[in-house]
Amino acid sequence: MTEPNVQFDDLDGVRSALADADYLADAGIAGIVYLAERLGKPILVEGPAGTGKTQLAKSVAEITGSRLIRLQCYEGLDESKALYEWNYKKQLLRIQAEGTDAAWNDVEDDLFSEEFLLTRPLLEAIRAEDRVVLLIDEVDRVEVETEALLLEILSEYQVSIPELGTVQSTQIPMVFLTSNGTRELSEALKRRCLYLYIDYPDLDRERQIVTAKVPGIDANLADQVARIVRSIRQLDLKKDPSVSETLDWARTLVLLGVEQIDAAVATETANVLLKYRTDIEKAVKEFADNPDELAGPVG
Amino acid sequence: MTIASTSIDGAPIAAGDRPLLDLLSGFIEELRNAGLPVSLTENLDAMEAVTHIPLEDREAFKYALGATLVKNHSHWRAFEVVFEVYFSLRGPEYEIVDGDPSADSGESDDDQMQMPGEGQAGGGGGGGMSALTPEQLAEMLFKALMQGDDAMLRALARQSVMRFAGMEPGRPVGGTYYLYRTLRNLDLAGMLDRLMEATREDAPEDLTPLEERLERDEFNDRMDRLKQEIEAEIRRRLVADRGVEAMAKTLRKPLPEDVDFMHASREEMANLRKAIYPLTRKLAVRLARKRRHGRKGPLDFRNTMRHSLSYGGVPAEPKFKFPRPAKPEIMVVADISGSVAAFARFTLHLVYALSGQFSKVRSFVFIDGLDEVTRFFEGVEDIGQAVHRVNTEADVVWVDGHSDYGHAFGVFWEKYGKEVGPKTTVLILGDARNNYHASQSWIIKDLKHRARKVFWLNPEPRAYWDTGDSIVGEYGTWCEGVHEVRNLRQLEAFVENLV
Repeated sequence: MTEPNVQFDDLDGVRSALADADYLADAGIAGIVYLAERLGKPILVEGPAGTGKTQLAKSVAEITGSRLIRLQCYEGLDESKALYEWNYKKQLLRIQAEGTDAAWNDVEDDLFSEEFLLTRPLLEAIRAEDRVVLLIDEVDRVEVETEALLLEILSEYQVSIPELGTVQSTQIPMVFLTSNGTRELSEALKRRCLYLYIDYPDLDRERQIVTAKVPGIDANLADQVARIVRSIRQLDLKKDPSVSETLDWARTLVLLGVEQIDAAVATETANVLLKYRTDIEKAVKEFADNPDELAGPVG
Repeated sequence: MTIASTSIDGAPIAAGDRPLLDLLSGFIEELRNAGLPVSLTENLDAMEAVTHIPLEDREAFKYALGATLVKNHSHWRAFEVVFEVYFSLRGPEYEIVDGDPSADSGESDDDQMQMPGEGQAGGGGGGGMSALTPEQLAEMLFKALMQGDDAMLRALARQSVMRFAGMEPGRPVGGTYYLYRTLRNLDLAGMLDRLMEATREDAPEDLTPLEERLERDEFNDRMDRLKQEIEAEIRRRLVADRGVEAMAKTLRKPLPEDVDFMHASREEMANLRKAIYPLTRKLAVRLARKRRHGRKGPLDFRNTMRHSLSYGGVPAEPKFKFPRPAKPEIMVVADISGSVAAFARFTLHLVYALSGQFSKVRSFVFIDGLDEVTRFFEGVEDIGQAVHRVNTEADVVWVDGHSDYGHAFGVFWEKYGKEVGPKTTVLILGDARNNYHASQSWIIKDLKHRARKVFWLNPEPRAYWDTGDSIVGEYGTWCEGVHEVRNLRQLEAFVENLV
């Protein structure tokens, strides 16, 4: 196994490089990316939907100048979709072209050669000559049994193909696995990874994200957006607004030419931020001009 | 964060020439004691990870350990506590010194841990404040909260702990007691009112309710930070006083899935409530999957023959019927009197969150009377809300509002007994503490004949069963199973088996 390519000099280097790629990492995220690089280990990223788990992998690929190879997981994903597959049709053609006089052994050796191998994302990442970042997205969607497919790759960076032997990677790719936590991943998988939990950002970071990602927003509005979203997340909702929904909301407000958010605007645009009817009702009730709780001191 | 390096080198328990290694082993040992599953590989990973991290960067050190040792987000809190204890800032300035400005001066002469002068002088940010009057201190706190000045808040947190907590060396009192004493003196509720008042005055025009709300949230957030600082400060001092291992043991808290329903504190209860929603979602996904991927059904003869036509009559492709495992019908009968109410609440929540897995769910609650509460759950999106209504609106008191299982079962049998059929699974939730009323256990016996299964879930530890007025044994004879369900982990396991 070759040494991991060390590309980051120190923690702050990672953080500023990510910031240059418009990904605002906090200390934890940057630290773990740095460590994964040093230790040559995969990162398992968990957290609520829409907090930038997939984006992290993309941004790391961007700053290291690597190619991003993505494996989207789904129920029913199997070896032939994730690792490799024999090109059955081509093999048939090969047999027919040979005719009847060829020796069986020659044909057999020939049939199971690289020429007839269809590489799928995992094998492709292992065999890549250039630098790659492998993203295994939403790994919690595959069945527990299918997880086992990943184990060899994640710990040894190799793939065993019975007919060909073991394919060893020439370099250690950065590997990101993301999970929305709909089920508990197996211990074996977790053990092989560094664990990173990306939660909703705190006020400052969310404000920075809004400022960086929404062109033409002024500081005052970004601040208000971040603060309102924080207050909404404190309510007991079915689905808290994610960062991407915050950004959508901020964009909407900019498009509408809003400069100051008041209760009326918030009520009208709440459906951008919240996706459940009960949640919207709850938030609107909470933030509308409700005099019962607050009027006393004001009046 | 320069002090952290001294904390590791100068750690008191570090014996031998490899202090960091020893400290880390102790740390990991404590994590395991707290219930976190740390494997040997993860242990080695952690050791390797810290060699890549500049040790004086405490934050990075923490994340390096976290990423390698904690693989479940719900364990993060427990990890943080242990980390704070093992790698907290250390030094003479955190010794507990008697004779704080406000403490009673009478007890300042009897302890060997006293370090006059030194502690105060080393106090850094807090050093200059010891001369302030309480009013001045409150004023500074007000300003710091108003401006969100974190450095100032930290210094003030230290100062308030030194002044108000009244910590004495060697006194076997938990951190919560000191926290309470400090906070009582700071009067944060009054502070919030003052802050809001000042904000209103500063504003050019009247604040809209929305703005008001946002300001309030902001101040609450700052106060939470102040509380955390105070807590950390108290912990640091306690660690300095009692040593790492003893402190870690005192602070050890059960993981959320192990918290006992009947003895959960308010904070733990809030955490439990937060934990239950993701848990139900996970469980629902798992159960739906199990159902779908279960064994194949019996051979579908007609379908097989039809497909055999394309193979010239050879049944080359056997076809199977889809499995249709019967979904059980559930009746939940729950005791919602005082001590077991929380347990009933969680179980109702879980059962209704999974109602897709059952063909029908009906629920009944009782104390000494009994009421059907299925209506509260019908067409409701927010289960938490419905459970709340059950607790407030259901008509469950017959005479005196003390549990009477016998009478409640009697009412159930009379009114709803006929609706229990061979497909019905009955879950009875309660501690079977019957206040020495008649047990009427024949009802459970008859119920069992009629129903598919009868289960009893008891939130009490097994050792307490059948002591005092508990008659779970008598009822249990007629049930398929009596299960001890004291925490989320056990509840989850039971429900999974049920489906």
